[in-house]
Amino acid sequence: MNPPERDEPSGRRAREVVRRDEPHRPAAEERRLLAATWGRRPGLWGWLTSTSHQEIGRRYIVTALVFFVLAGIGALLMRLQLARPENGLLGPDLYNQVFTLHGTTMMFLFAVPVMEGFAIYLVPMMLGTRNVAFPRLNAFGYWLYLLAGSFLWGASLLGIAPDAGWFSYVPLAGPEFSPGKRADVWAQLINLTEISALIVAVEVIVTTFKQRAAGMSLDRIPLYVWSVLVMSFMVVFAMPAVMLSGVFLALDRLVATHFFNPFEGGDALLWQHLFWFFGHPEVYIIFVPALGFVSSIVAAFTRRPVFGYPAMVLALVATGFISFGLWVHHMFTTGLPQLGESFFTAASLLIAVPTGVQIFCWIATLATGRPRFGVPLLFVLGFVATFVLGGLTGVMLASVPLDLQVHDTFFVVAHFHYVLIGGAVFPLFGAIYYWFPKAFGRRLSERLGRWQFGLLLVGFNLTFFPMHQLGFDGMPRRVYTYLPGRGWENLNLLATVGAMVIGLSVLLFAANVMRSLRRGEPAGHDPWAADTLEWALPSPPPVYGPLHLPVVVGRNGLWEPGAGTTFVTGLDPHAREVLVTNFLDADPELRETLPGDSPWPLVSAVVVAATFVGAMFTPWAPVIGSVPLFFALLAWAMPEKEEREEAREQERQRQAGAATP
Amino acid sequence: MKRTVFLDVEALPHHAFGSRSPMWWGTVAFMVIEGAMFAMLVATYVYLRGAENVWPPPGFAPPSLLWGSLNTAILLASLWPNHKVHKAVEELDVSATRRWMLVGDLFAVMFLAVRVLELGGLNVRWDSNAYGSIVWLVMGFHTFHLLTDAVETLVLTGMMYTIPSERRMVDVSDDTLYWNFVVLVWLPLYVVVYWLPRWL
Amino acid sequence: MTRRRWTAAPSLLLAALTAGCGALPAALDPAGPQAARVAVLWWWFLGVCAVVYLLVVGALAWAAWRGRRRGARRGSPQSAAPPAWADDPPELSADPARERRLALAVAGAAGATVLILIGLLVGSVITGDALAGARPEAELTIHITGRQWWWEVEYPGEMASERVITANEIHLPVGAIVHLEMTSADVIHSFWVPRLHGKIDLVPGRTTHHWLAAERPGVFTGQCAEFCGHQHAHMGLLVVAEPPERFAAWLAAQRRSAAAPDTAAEARGLEVFLDSSCVLCHAIRGTPAGGRTAPDLTHVASRATLAAGTLANTPGHLGGWILDSQGVKPGNRMPPNALSGEELQALLAYLESLR
Ligand code: HEA
Ligand code: HEA
Ligand code: HEC
Ligand code: CUA
Ligand SMILES: [Cu+2]
Repeated sequence: MNPPERDEPSGRRAREVVRRDEPHRPAAEERRLLAATWGRRPGLWGWLTSTSHQEIGRRYIVTALVFFVLAGIGALLMRLQLARPENGLLGPDLYNQVFTLHGTTMMFLFAVPVMEGFAIYLVPMMLGTRNVAFPRLNAFGYWLYLLAGSFLWGASLLGIAPDAGWFSYVPLAGPEFSPGKRADVWAQLINLTEISALIVAVEVIVTTFKQRAAGMSLDRIPLYVWSVLVMSFMVVFAMPAVMLSGVFLALDRLVATHFFNPFEGGDALLWQHLFWFFGHPEVYIIFVPALGFVSSIVAAFTRRPVFGYPAMVLALVATGFISFGLWVHHMFTTGLPQLGESFFTAASLLIAVPTGVQIFCWIATLATGRPRFGVPLLFVLGFVATFVLGGLTGVMLASVPLDLQVHDTFFVVAHFHYVLIGGAVFPLFGAIYYWFPKAFGRRLSERLGRWQFGLLLVGFNLTFFPMHQLGFDGMPRRVYTYLPGRGWENLNLLATVGAMVIGLSVLLFAANVMRSLRRGEPAGHDPWAADTLEWALPSPPPVYGPLHLPVVVGRNGLWEPGAGTTFVTGLDPHAREVLVTNFLDADPELRETLPGDSPWPLVSAVVVAATFVGAMFTPWAPVIGSVPLFFALLAWAMPEKEEREEAREQERQRQAGAATP
Repeated sequence: MKRTVFLDVEALPHHAFGSRSPMWWGTVAFMVIEGAMFAMLVATYVYLRGAENVWPPPGFAPPSLLWGSLNTAILLASLWPNHKVHKAVEELDVSATRRWMLVGDLFAVMFLAVRVLELGGLNVRWDSNAYGSIVWLVMGFHTFHLLTDAVETLVLTGMMYTIPSERRMVDVSDDTLYWNFVVLVWLPLYVVVYWLPRWL
Repeated sequence: MTRRRWTAAPSLLLAALTAGCGALPAALDPAGPQAARVAVLWWWFLGVCAVVYLLVVGALAWAAWRGRRRGARRGSPQSAAPPAWADDPPELSADPARERRLALAVAGAAGATVLILIGLLVGSVITGDALAGARPEAELTIHITGRQWWWEVEYPGEMASERVITANEIHLPVGAIVHLEMTSADVIHSFWVPRLHGKIDLVPGRTTHHWLAAERPGVFTGQCAEFCGHQHAHMGLLVVAEPPERFAAWLAAQRRSAAAPDTAAEARGLEVFLDSSCVLCHAIRGTPAGGRTAPDLTHVASRATLAAGTLANTPGHLGGWILDSQGVKPGNRMPPNALSGEELQALLAYLESLR
């Protein structure tokens, strides 16, 4: 086939999209060409250079789950240490490292990346496109994340795990009270993972804005995609704050600046403001995508669209906005002016409204649908039952007087595990049961799933419910041990037992995955007869995604009566072409060619990570690192052979055009 | 049996300038991220200032106006070749693009050189006190942007001479957008670094 | 089966609650008006939130039950096994009247949420104001400085001789409103005595304030609540509330300089103290020992605990602490001391005389 005639990039010439009855090529040939174009090279090299969103999304998820297990093992160690008073299992030095590693890993290396991984994996499929907008950047983001996480745990094995908590308050983490390199490890880990989070956010935003299937106007975007879109915007505005505070900290420690030094005009609370300006949205960055999981599962499992699409979308957006106005509720005990604090109480209470609206909408959906209680839906029910409890303790914490009592105690630990595990981990397990068949072509066992769910529900409540009372009884968080005789022994023991039950549940999950990968029931392409576009793809989906890009006719994707009748043809299967559509209505606009696989994202990530690690030791590291980085980026952006020909061809045309006016 | 219909998109163009191009959105997204960082730097500056009675702290003079103001002028002037590049590239006029990009590169060299003089005139060290720390970080962060933008423009200039494909022209167009950003973001920073210590 | 699972959650929670100890937790067993205010607010919040929780979970259970019945009526397959699902088409065109009713119900619930939240906000702000209301009436001011990992407590006086510096133990007259003025000498700490009041941070470079009162005599345990490094766990303190006369007597006793050694052993002990490194860090008023980086020992024997609530103050513990402070409280800022048996006995005799 001849390449289509060249058009001016400004698109002033032919833009018509015509209808035809046949695709350009027979399906078999198209499939073969697509597979050749999009497939990666075999072997390790292909693995290292791949830029497929499916592959990278899967890697994010698997890596994040590995970190979950590591941090979970840390949690079990802490629980064992606290099981009885004056226990000698972990000394203070080790305990402080373990709880810092647990919190840091769970937040930065598990919860956020696992949500990002799902977004990278699912969003292009749900939008009916072939890859994310910037595939090489996407690979770069993953490698940075992997290197950052390995760096943290590698350093920990060498005994330099950070030990100042997941929010690393200064001056404790500053140069004077944390000599050595532990706090630097934390700061550089944060900076690296935040870069990778920002990259994912940009990928999600641009892919959603510009690569939706033809016809998927804004009001037809699936709720899950809305939720990760909101998450991405929150990342864009929140992460800069923590990167900045990370830079301040690193500079204070490395070149003796005084951002946090109260005796030279700095301020210890500056850190808290910056960190929580990020940290509060951070918890919703974890929670909001989970709401998207819930909406997907609820729709499929009640056989009706989620009630109140506009309300759901508005609630998500409102949550995103309000979450930037709450950060001071983490600082109620720092002695800020009372009036200001009341404002943050009000804002914190306000955010219960959009969250409540979504819960009410799901309940309405359930009541008017035909629910069937498969494992994903069980996790959704468990989510509501646990998350609402955590949300309500959040409402208590938002009250300044109550927070004065329970701040920095195990009550807060209880609150945030209820919302994090109830609000994010329950939906996450539900999502894994739900999408596993898509990714691997086999279903997870329902029976094991029910057991896992039951154990998690029981173990979870056993672990964290008693902590509420411990908090009121005066037990601060982050203590490596406690003295006998204060009445904390029984509840702590109960919590430890509960944690073991959670561990059992996680083991059962691992067993289920192992078993089902090989012997699971074959799923077919759409085991749940669900609505979103990924279910039209074979399971597991081919690297190029859909054979012919779908055209969307309504909000409910595959459930719409006219779904599956209109497709796109005319993309060149010899190049990695995707359809670019316009922002509002998703009308076809461009055929953009994505770059191919490349080793340079990996090389660049290694250079960047090495630079950050080097910056723990010398301020010259960025200067030195910028040289190899420059060449790596140059190689990354270097045009491929086709482009050189393309350029020559265009040049000729331009000259021809100039000759014949 | 459902009848399938196909939308033939073969006639669509491959590239577009401005908001029709995904690259443009990517550039804007990174500008928003960096803009947020600059905003938070300014917020930090104001916050630290609020905790002090005397600003800059006793014994320190505000940054010298000469080089900073000169550089502001150079940066503003560089908007003009930048605009020319933008126009030329969107008209696919390769030779004009090359010409104006060279002028732009010249400006880049100029403002980087003056920036070095500027840093010499801040009248405080980063490790003197928190005031010095934030001033140096604001300047350093902006200089970092100047530097990366200059390098990117240089590389793109090279590409315009060797492989002026339309895809790269879209990149050039986005680079001019980014250049505008780096210049415009300087204006509030200029006020903060040079004038706030004199006014407040 | 499934239904039992989610209704199991709350009853399990209740079971866990009652499995705890019988007595009320400290923060809910107030001994002062501030903590009492907060406790009242807490019971209100707990009541309201418990009702909300039961309503939400009840609605969820009802919805699941209703949906299940609907599905059964329409002959939807009940099993989770998917193959049959494709024959179970989704419901797209819902009855508009029903959707309107649903919208009303959701809007009503959202409206109720707003009202409840406003109620909680008002209660919270009123309580906050009441806590602040104690300010103007403070009768006694105490300065507290947080240090890794102990509390320096200072009762300021008009004259230097009236000033009292002690550690880890705060005495208050019952009924008086006390103003605590706090800062930190190193990292951030947080002062918390749950039976008296909530917590307040001690931030280096800043001064924070707390107003509280004890309504009845007693000894109340407190604890540093903000993570402050290695021995955050063992940064306790005691608040001793006593009748005003006893408090006055205590203060007068604390104002005195250290008693001069009475016996030869005590004199020898003072000598040991002054000859060892102790003086670099500790002060004993009335002797040349003037270190300020460690607890003032002028009246160390009058205190109930050692090392910030870690040990009961007995001669045995004191000896153990001096010889092996790092074994007792690993990582704390006092080095172990190699003293001979004779030296230690003398030192103990002297320190025990510092009442
Ligand atoms: C997934 C994460 C997540 C989520 C969703 C939330 C949700 C909320 N959180 Fe939480 N929070 C954390 C994670 C999260 N939090 C973490 C990790 C910390 C500790 C950080 C640290 O110190 O280490 C923390 C700490 C924290 C504090 C600081 C405590 C302290 O340190 O002293 C506060 C204080 O206001 C707070 C409040 C809230 C509130 C008001 C909500 C609200 O959004 C909850 C809203 C939801 C509901 C209320 C339930 C559903 C609503 C209805 C069913 C409607 C009906 C309801 C009513 C009428 C009330 N949180
Ligand atoms: C998403 C976030 C998340 C998650 C999922 C968890 C999960 C758990 N957390 Fe965590 N936690 C935090 C986020 C999270 N936590 C944060 C942010 C902090 C604050 C840190 C700080 O103060 O700085 C914290 C603090 C924290 C504390 C307080 C420490 C202290 O203040 O002293 C405790 C104590 O009990 C605790 C316990 C647990 C337990 C028992 C789990 C369990 O749910 C864990 C379950 C997982 C497992 C049990 C792993 C199972 C694996 C196996 C059994 C091995 C299997 C092997 C193979 C498959 C090969 N956590
Ligand atoms: C380098 C400083 C240093 C030296 C030297 C030192 N101490 Fe200490 N001492 C401390 C610190 C710090 C504490 C508080 C420890 C804590 O509770 O965390 C302390 C606590 C104590 C206490 C408990 C006080 C209380 O009220 O809890 C006693 C008693 C004591 N020291 C006695 C001694 C004696 C006797 C010597 C000399 C043989 C000595 N110290 C040497 C720093 C020092
Ligand atoms: Cu001091 Cu914790
Ligand atoms: Cu928060």
